[in-house]
Amino acid sequence: MKNSKIKVATTRQSRLREMFRRDGAWPWLVNRTEPAVDVSHQVLLYIESLSVSFDGFKALNDLSLYINDGELRCLIGANGAGKTTLMDVITGKTSPDSGLVYFGQTLDLLGRSEAEIAQLGIGRKFQKPSVFEAQTVYANLELAIQSEKNILPTLVARFSPEQIDRIDQVLEVINLKDRGFMMAGALSHGQKQWLEIGMLLVANPRLLLIDEPVAGMTAQEAEQTAELLVSLAGEHTVIVVEHDMEFVRRIAKTVTVLHQGSVLAEGSMQEIQENPDVIRVYLGEEQ
Amino acid sequence: MKDASLFAQQFTALHTVRTKAPLFLGILFTATIYAAVCNLYVAEDSVLYVSTYTITLLGKYLCYALLALSVDIVWGYCGILSLGHGAFFALGGYAMGMYLMRQIGDRGVYGNPDLPDFMVFLNWQELPWYWSGFDQFWFAALMVVLVPAVLAFVFGWLAFRSRVAGVYLAIMTQALTYALMLAFFRNEMGFGGNNGLTDFKDLLGYNLLSDNTRVSLFVISAIVLALAYVCSQLIMGSKFGRVIVGIRDAEDRLRFLGYRTDYYKVALFVYSALLAGIAGALYVPQVGIINPGEYSPLNSIEIVIWVAIGGRGTLYGAVIGALLVNYAKTKFTAILPEVWLFALGALFVAVTIFLPNGIVGLFKRTSLNDGHDLGEQP
Ligand SMILES: Nc1ncnc2c1ncn2[C@@H]1O[C@H](COP(=O)(O)OP(=O)(O)O)[C@@H](O)[C@H]1O
Ligand SMILES: [Mg+2]
Repeated sequence: MKNSKIKVATTRQSRLREMFRRDGAWPWLVNRTEPAVDVSHQVLLYIESLSVSFDGFKALNDLSLYINDGELRCLIGANGAGKTTLMDVITGKTSPDSGLVYFGQTLDLLGRSEAEIAQLGIGRKFQKPSVFEAQTVYANLELAIQSEKNILPTLVARFSPEQIDRIDQVLEVINLKDRGFMMAGALSHGQKQWLEIGMLLVANPRLLLIDEPVAGMTAQEAEQTAELLVSLAGEHTVIVVEHDMEFVRRIAKTVTVLHQGSVLAEGSMQEIQENPDVIRVYLGEEQ
Repeated sequence: MKDASLFAQQFTALHTVRTKAPLFLGILFTATIYAAVCNLYVAEDSVLYVSTYTITLLGKYLCYALLALSVDIVWGYCGILSLGHGAFFALGGYAMGMYLMRQIGDRGVYGNPDLPDFMVFLNWQELPWYWSGFDQFWFAALMVVLVPAVLAFVFGWLAFRSRVAGVYLAIMTQALTYALMLAFFRNEMGFGGNNGLTDFKDLLGYNLLSDNTRVSLFVISAIVLALAYVCSQLIMGSKFGRVIVGIRDAEDRLRFLGYRTDYYKVALFVYSALLAGIAGALYVPQVGIINPGEYSPLNSIEIVIWVAIGGRGTLYGAVIGALLVNYAKTKFTAILPEVWLFALGALFVAVTIFLPNGIVGLFKRTSLNDGHDLGEQP
């Protein structure tokens, strides 16, 4: 905790120094275009030696993980293994004690706000479905759709025909076609999960972080979700956290097992199931 | 295909105004014109006559209604419980009061052309620097909006950027208005201390005691309330408004969608404070006095109670709440002044328990719609 505060102070100082350099233009005078994500080494997300502690308890412990561009990766691990915390760090909600998180070769994610990270193209679905309950399904998708997110553009925002089409397509995909005018709060648990996935789809992010997508879904809904996630990979990069081993078996090419805040094993589902460490700490417990 | 286009149509700000403004504006203007005409053109002994006292009272209620509307904007739509909006109201009121003070000129008790009476009384030799400019109406009018807006900006920037919310924020707003009250009570501050600013004579050359001026101020209050209502419905009916409601219900979610929610909250808070300031500025010439009591923390709590009773998150609910509660207050304090606060407290508790959506909630179809019935099936 203390560490991170000192870090913030020093970055402020260095920013101040940066401002008075004579050879640079002031950042607010430069036309700001976020640099594109550089995936020239095939890796989209670099996580290195990441540690996070809460009151001395190490939720993440020297964790390193690399996610390739276009990959569909499953993260599994017992409750409390640190999966959600890892997502919190990637999306800027939690700042780590130490470690590196890079989006592509060039974009350092640490120190950026949640909103900045989202605008770089990282979307997230929460473990507990989080939709805007007092607003309609349409409004939920409208808020999520890829667009200018600043105040003035939002005040005068109107729909473009492309946006209408996009929302229509997504409603079809998430099976809520005839529920557009329904309040999101009135949806079933599984439908809320899907609405949240739909919100990710309209935002069209480069990287999707999906925390326990099939909790509360019927077997059939879970099956459809699995198909959807598989179809997203390739064009998008997807990281899925899931408890349901059946579900993981169905979608995963590569699985990473987290245990007590670090990576315990990584590989295909086959390899994972045969890994003695994993059998001992995770699969063993389940059976 | 058809559905989504329908939705795009429905979700424009203009649509919201078209569905929500006509009834409100119709009732407001009918009542206003009726009262004004019955004061100016009906004989005093007629049963239809509306006394100037009533006109002023109604004008005062309309200012409270605008104030309640400003609180509903932040509390009902965005979940920011401000227990300090009385401060913005009073600041707007003081800015107007300073202009009215300067208009008195040498007609004060001491006949000093440059200094208001209370400064002469304190033996001050010259006008403090921050009083300069207030002899100009345009300057005072600018300050009416600027001072509350700047204070709200600074306060909001500090509070929302560091993610203060809920009870802590409410306590901070109480502290803000309390601190201002203590400051304005002090004579050295140069705002008339305990007594505040009063004994106003005229506004833009019109005698504040004449019937015509009083009716005009009342009508202007109604027009300003109408404008604020339409403007706020436009804002809340836009995508911006839906972001605001989203902040109320799931702020985290919006951040992860890429919205800088703190900026949104600051902007909304500033807009709301600015409306409260305008309400204060309209209030002062009608009641003829502004004193530090307006900063009292209790006042700000009362405003929130008006909104709760009327119903949150609809704008018209806040207006109805402010009008009804203040009418009741006038009646009550005439008969049993000691009992009023208890009655208000009891009413608040009763409404919270039995009518969580306030009085207007009685007439709405679903409770989930809370504050946002835009998307009903057409
Ligand atoms: N904000 C927090 N404060 C304190 N402890 C936390 C916090 N967030 C998570 N933890 C702890 O960190 C550990 C990892 O949690 P989490 O990442 O949610 O696990 P998972 O998602 O893998 O089940 C848990 O033991 C949890 O109690
Ligand atoms: Mg979790």
